[in-house]
Amino acid sequence: MATYSTNEFRSGLKVLLDGEPCAVVENEFVKPGKGQAFNRVKLKNLKTGRTWERTFKSGESIEAADVLDIDMEYLYTDGEFWHFMKTDGSFEQISADATAMGETVDWLKEQEVFQVTLFNGAPISVTAPNHIELEVSETDPGLKGDTATGGSKPAKLVSGAVVKVPLFINEGEVIRVDTRSKEYLSRAKS
Amino acid sequence: MDKQNWQPSASLQVLRQRAVLLAKIRRYFDEQGVLEVETPVLSQFGGTDVQLDQWLTTEGHALHTSPEFAMKRLLAAGSGDIFQICRVFRRDEQGARHNPEFSMLEWYRVGQDEFQLMEDVTRLMRYLSGQDHVPVHLQTYAEAFAAAGLPDPHITPIAKLRSAVSARLQADATDWSRDDCLEALMAMVVEPSFRGDILTFVYQFPASQAALAEHVSVGGVTVARRFELFYRGMELANGYFELTDPEEQRSRFEQDCRDRLTRGLMVPELDRRFLAALKHGMPVCSGVALGLDRLMMILLDQTRIDDVVAFPFGRA
Repeated sequence: MATYSTNEFRSGLKVLLDGEPCAVVENEFVKPGKGQAFNRVKLKNLKTGRTWERTFKSGESIEAADVLDIDMEYLYTDGEFWHFMKTDGSFEQISADATAMGETVDWLKEQEVFQVTLFNGAPISVTAPNHIELEVSETDPGLKGDTATGGSKPAKLVSGAVVKVPLFINEGEVIRVDTRSKEYLSRAKS
Repeated sequence: MDKQNWQPSASLQVLRQRAVLLAKIRRYFDEQGVLEVETPVLSQFGGTDVQLDQWLTTEGHALHTSPEFAMKRLLAAGSGDIFQICRVFRRDEQGARHNPEFSMLEWYRVGQDEFQLMEDVTRLMRYLSGQDHVPVHLQTYAEAFAAAGLPDPHITPIAKLRSAVSARLQADATDWSRDDCLEALMAMVVEPSFRGDILTFVYQFPASQAALAEHVSVGGVTVARRFELFYRGMELANGYFELTDPEEQRSRFEQDCRDRLTRGLMVPELDRRFLAALKHGMPVCSGVALGLDRLMMILLDQTRIDDVVAFPFGRA
């Protein structure tokens, strides 16, 4: 099994910690003038999304994690699994369970391309595209002509996510949102 | 690395201010009759410090990690008080506060102990910052640990130190040495708890953490007469009441070499000239090394070492 030394830690590197696949987020070098050097490392657990902090002596090694991110098109759900298809023309399908889906279930849209993260070949997480266009299913009635005051209200999208939108947005409109910040970007260009 | 990136990383304004401060440092020592000296950067003998990684030339010479041995030879030759501003080299040290090649201000005061030298460091800091009332806090290594809610660094069994490391720093410390644990806790728990606006001196280090300082017994515990200065969130200076006994110095070097051997590190030839100078007799004195680039960062209110040097390693 491949290993990485602390001085090879870069943001994004996939490593195995306590048997869990993690991505290095930050690596801070701490070196007293006289004494052992250390690395203070922030890692994101790729299964839970939680951030871990760990301290290593510089030069210590940890195992690499067999983690792969692939683009896949969302097909459908049978209630228990969510089915995705590779976009490389192989038509190969992979099904993710609710744990792997996490909050991404609120952003699902057929034929949209999602990033599926595989650990030892099995899906552990699914990430929505940064920007996505979805229809507003529920929101308070729009205020006509109010495009300038900058107020906002919650709106539920057909996929289930709730985002803040400007007051002039109405039910049935398709809007473009940022899935990471849950922010409204614009009306979709039809 | 981008070879087209020819410009300095520090602004010309900062470089001009740096030059003014350098002149001010020289004036401080000149006014007190401390002699400026220059010693070789390239030495025939490597240092034995287990934690410092030296650069070697193809001929086997070593770039110094500090000018300590050569300056002590001058002291033994009767130089009296001396100071030096020079570049030192430490491999694999790079980061916001580290550059593998950096400037050091090192000075020695004959006939003074470490407490007098701490006062001297304080005077210099006040002189350079133009603030006469920068507050000072002196505490022992053990007091600093206690204030941070940590167990006694000198007498606590290693198993308990390891659990403190794993609890406070989320590390798997099962195979860490006593000094690994203490150094991790000092750098990442104790040091961050210091107030940035106070000159914080920590003294009486564990005896194992000062290869060139005299030891003293305090309340039944042998500690090193070493101090460190922390200011503005940085480790800024390291000083010793200097070890003058040549036999004790040789045996500590030999211990270092054994440690290097067990770690699979290069074992250097001992600096015979330095040991001969100690044998001839070095006066009772204290010495301190201060990271000049970090001092510039503080005085010029910059956050990265790259902001105060013209060409950091990445652009060298």
